[in-house]
Amino acid sequence: MLKDRRSDILVALVLIAPFLAIYLLVFVYPTIQMFRISFTDAPLIGAGSWKGIDNYARLDNDPMFRRALWNTLYFVLLTVIPGTLIALLIALGVSRLAGRLQALVLALFFLPYILPVSVVYLLWDWTLNFQFGIAMHVLDWLGIARIPVTKSATWFMPAVAWVTIWWTAGFSILLFLAGLRTIPTEIYEAAALDNASRWTTFRKITWPLLRPVSALVLTIQLILQLKIFDQVYLFSQGGRPNDNMVLVYYVFQRAFQQNQGGRAAAVAVTLFVLVVVVSVFQFQLLRFAERRRQ
Amino acid sequence: MNATAARTWNVWGGLITLATIACAVVWAFPLYWGVVSSLKPEDEVVRPYIELWPETLTFQHYVHAIFATQIGAWYLNSVVVALGVTVICVFTSMLCGYAISQLRFPGRTALWWLILASFMVPTQALIINHFVLVAQLGLLNTWAGIMLPQLIHPVIIIVYKQFFDQVPRDFREAAVMDNASEFAILFKVYLPMNWGVTTALSIVCFIWTWNAFLWPFLAVTKTEMMTVTVGITQVNDAFGIYYARELAAAVLAGLPVALAYLFFQRRVTEAITLSAGIKG
Repeated sequence: MLKDRRSDILVALVLIAPFLAIYLLVFVYPTIQMFRISFTDAPLIGAGSWKGIDNYARLDNDPMFRRALWNTLYFVLLTVIPGTLIALLIALGVSRLAGRLQALVLALFFLPYILPVSVVYLLWDWTLNFQFGIAMHVLDWLGIARIPVTKSATWFMPAVAWVTIWWTAGFSILLFLAGLRTIPTEIYEAAALDNASRWTTFRKITWPLLRPVSALVLTIQLILQLKIFDQVYLFSQGGRPNDNMVLVYYVFQRAFQQNQGGRAAAVAVTLFVLVVVVSVFQFQLLRFAERRRQ
Repeated sequence: MNATAARTWNVWGGLITLATIACAVVWAFPLYWGVVSSLKPEDEVVRPYIELWPETLTFQHYVHAIFATQIGAWYLNSVVVALGVTVICVFTSMLCGYAISQLRFPGRTALWWLILASFMVPTQALIINHFVLVAQLGLLNTWAGIMLPQLIHPVIIIVYKQFFDQVPRDFREAAVMDNASEFAILFKVYLPMNWGVTTALSIVCFIWTWNAFLWPFLAVTKTEMMTVTVGITQVNDAFGIYYARELAAAVLAGLPVALAYLFFQRRVTEAITLSAGIKG
């Protein structure tokens, strides 16, 4: 029996070794290094000398860092709650349909989510094109003056936020549909017998039962949008990236364009801490929801 | 419910259904518009009015994209990287998920917490040190370099563990009685019983890797080593802007994942819901 147990441990070791090796190499080691070089003046590649908390102290009155932080939070504000609401409305509409029609309509809403960000960017860059974009024709019909959306400081973030909602809503819709499917139809039948109006049914039955899923969707969105980079980078190409600075972009700019690995790492650590704090909060929330369900 | 109330209820229901369908059409319109524009000659694309169907249907932009750009090389890079990541990631996650689910060994709980904790790590924050690591290994501008930091999706382990946990103990006990080794049990009992989840996870892992932008964008500086996702946004025609050509390239880049989704719709949606921690 003892021999069995020892061989059990050996087998387990063999099974987890490949994963563990990759995990240590691409997760643990880079994380430790990130913290370490954030206290040095290292360039992107190469050693630097110890600077203590200098890099962090400098963030405090770094206008570009402030702008990056502010724009990231602004982007979160523009995407998280509006995106979740739009997804919820769509999911409620889709859940009423059945069979092939439902599959088709869901596919139309879901397809953007499956596409690479660069394809989404090219599609919307074309749709929003100042001269030839179809969205500008719509503005013409409405009698509104055309807006060079991606070149305008005011409209850049809202436009990129809209494109992001369009791109990622499919995922949230899927989660909401899964949540809606767990609500027993008997409850709705009982509500119909009681002559409950559509709005009352939603407010008293659907919404309370969907609350755990909504919390999940909101926090997933929140964490995702804090890490915004791709769309902002792509839409800023040939424009003024400094006006649209976000946190990951700032890490990229400091490290890869200004060759300041240490200062970039300090920004990266800030982002890291921000995301971990939000994630811990999410985890607690889910555990709380789980306990309430039992 | 009286008859009038029932009728208004139905009218409202019908209107909501119609509105949903109308929204879906509008929602997907930019996709349609991109494809249609890529099939028009360049002079039709820039006409000042809207034509929902090309006057002259042309594939010249696709011919251009395939023969005059490096999209073929980018395709190859994307396929190799996405397949490589999918095979390595799904395989190592399956082994690890099995060990955590079925074997008792010291450090098992700690490992499980390590995996759960890694959910929180934003890989975007690690780009600097991923770059340093891959540069030190001499892997910049190589397939291996693009793959390395993408080899971990903790969620795949978690899903595998949940599925292996659900396999009835009788199967395991019967195999142990037959003196089967752990490897035999995994590959002959547990894996065949979970082909569905393996397929689903492989498809989404492939899609995630195909779509990855930030890391492939940083790890590659030579145009011939780019993945499709990066290449189509980084290489522009030297003279002027050709909208239809760009859109043709975009359609080509999106096609494999769009088709993967349309063919395996149920599997993809299942895996994505699972990956969010909801049991389907």
